[in-house]
Amino acid sequence: MELADLYRDVILDHNRSPRNFRRLQSPTNTAQGFNPLCGDKLTVYLVMDGDRVDDIAFEGSGCAISVASSSLMTEAVRGKTEAEARTLFERMHALLAGETGEAEALGKLAALGGVRQFPSRVKCASLAWHALIAALDGAQQPAKTE
Amino acid sequence: MKHRDAADFDVASVRQDFPALHQRIHGKPLVYLDSAASAQRPVAVLDAMDTYYRHDHANVHRGVHTLSQRATQAYEGAREKIRRYINARTTAEIIFTRGTTEAINLVAQSYARPRLQPGDEVLISLMEHHSNIVPWQMACEQTGATLRVAPIDQHGQLRMDAFKQLISDHTRLIAIGHISNALGTINPVAEIVAFAHEREIPVLIDGAQAMPHTRVDVSALGCDFYAFSGHKMFGPTGIGVLYGREALLDAMPPWQGGGEMILEVSFEKTTYAALPNKFEAGTPAIAEAVGLGATIDYLEKLGIEAIAGHEHDLLAYATQALSQIDGLEIVGQAESKASVVSFTLANAHPHDIGTIVDHEGVAIRTGHHCAMPVMNFFGVPATARASMALYNTRDDIDALVAALMKVRQVLS
Repeated sequence: MELADLYRDVILDHNRSPRNFRRLQSPTNTAQGFNPLCGDKLTVYLVMDGDRVDDIAFEGSGCAISVASSSLMTEAVRGKTEAEARTLFERMHALLAGETGEAEALGKLAALGGVRQFPSRVKCASLAWHALIAALDGAQQPAKTE
Repeated sequence: MKHRDAADFDVASVRQDFPALHQRIHGKPLVYLDSAASAQRPVAVLDAMDTYYRHDHANVHRGVHTLSQRATQAYEGAREKIRRYINARTTAEIIFTRGTTEAINLVAQSYARPRLQPGDEVLISLMEHHSNIVPWQMACEQTGATLRVAPIDQHGQLRMDAFKQLISDHTRLIAIGHISNALGTINPVAEIVAFAHEREIPVLIDGAQAMPHTRVDVSALGCDFYAFSGHKMFGPTGIGVLYGREALLDAMPPWQGGGEMILEVSFEKTTYAALPNKFEAGTPAIAEAVGLGATIDYLEKLGIEAIAGHEHDLLAYATQALSQIDGLEIVGQAESKASVVSFTLANAHPHDIGTIVDHEGVAIRTGHHCAMPVMNFFGVPATARASMALYNTRDDIDALVAALMKVRQVLS
C-alpha cells in the first residue's frame, strides 16, 4: 500500500485546480452530498437539456480525494446522456469496490482506483457520485455515503 | 534528535508498560497521538482482566459459591477504588455504565425527563461533545423543554458572562464538559457549580477527557453528576461511571429494568434494589470494571499530578513546534488547556493529513471530533487533532512535525 497509489498526479492536479468548481446560476437539477464521517459537504449542479447533461459543476469543501473525484466527474459527465452518466456511476462503484476490468472503460477516472487500498477513504471518492445520482433522481434529501 | 522530557516523570519506563506502543506502522515506529479518542492500556490492566477471567469469573451478586463471591468482591472492590479516587462519599454514588454516553443518557432520561416541563431550560455550551448535546435534545423534545447553548470566544473558551446570563429561573439543569475533546479547553467547572448552586440548579459534568489528565474530586467540586469512560483513561472499553449525589440518585426512577436491579418481583409489583444496583440492570461488565479498578491503581502509582506536569510540558512543546509550521493554525488556544492540539494546515484537508501522517507511523484524529457545532463556530469542516497522554514524548511531537512536512511534500 503506497501513498503514491492514492495521490496520483492526476488527482493532485484536480485537487489543486478543480475543474467546474462553481455554482451554476440556473441548474435544472441539484443535490447535496454529505459525508457524516468527516463532515464534508458538496453540491452538484446540473443543467439538463432533455436527456443530456448540458452543464455540470460543483462546489463545497472536501479532501483531495473528494475534490479530485468531483472534478474528474464533472469532466466525464458533461455532454453524456442520463443513461450514460448512470453507467459511469456503476463503473466507478465497481472500481472502488475493487472489481477489475472497469479501469479501461473509465479513462482518467481510473486514477481513483488507488483509493480502494485505503478503505477509510473510499467514501471520499464516492461522495460526488452519490450526489450526482441524487441530482438526476431529483432527490429532496442530501445524498449520504453512509 | 533526542529530547529530555520532564525530569520528575520517567516516561521511558511508562512506555514499557504499554505493549501496543511498540509496533511499526507502514514500517515506521508507531507514534500514538490519538489518546483523546481512545487511550492505550498498560499491562497492569490487561493482566487484571486476564487473571479475573482465568481464575475468578462467575456472575456477581447471585451465588453463594466461591467464584461468585470472588467475582462480586472484584467488582465491588473496583467500585470502592473509584469511590476513593474521585472522593465520593459512598459506593452508592458510583454507578457503572457502558461509558460517558450512557451515563449522560441515564441522567437525561431518569433525572431530567420526569422533571422537565414546557418552558423549562437545560443549559449546555457550544463546545460540548455530541454525547453531551443529543441526550438533552432528546429529553427536551420529549418534554417540551428548551435547550440553551452558551457561546465560546475565538480562543475556544467559554464566555462566562454570557453563560451566567443564560441561567434563569427556567434553568433546570446545567450540563458542561470538564475538558473539551475538540479544543482541549479546561472549563471553570468549580466556578460554574458554585454559581449554579447559589440558584439551586444541579450540574452534570462530562468528565470523559478530564480523568486521564487531572485530579477529579467530586466532593470538592460539589457537582451533582460526573460522568466518565474507562477507555479514555487507559482502562477497558464498555465501562464507564456515573457519579451522582446519593439524594438525587435515590429519588430517580430506574432507567432499565431486569435482573440485578430488583429487590422483589411479582406480577403485581416489583420493588427495586437499593443504590447502586437500581441502575445496573442485567449482568454488568465485570471484567471491565476490574480493569477500570486496575487503571485507578496504575494512575495512583504514577501520580496524576506528575502525569499532568509531563503533559503540560508536552503541550507547551507541541504548541511551540506546530506554530512554526507555515500555514498551520491551532484551533483552540484557551489559557487553561489540556494536552490536545487541534489544527488546520493551509491547502491540506484534515483527511489527507491523517492518511499521509499515518504512512509515517503517526496516528492522529481527523474529522469533526463529534463536535460539529465547534467546527461550525470556527468555520472549518474538520480539523486534525494531536492528543497527548502520559506515554507521549517530545520525540513523538518531532515525528508529527516531520510527518506534516511530508504532507506538504505530497500535496504540493
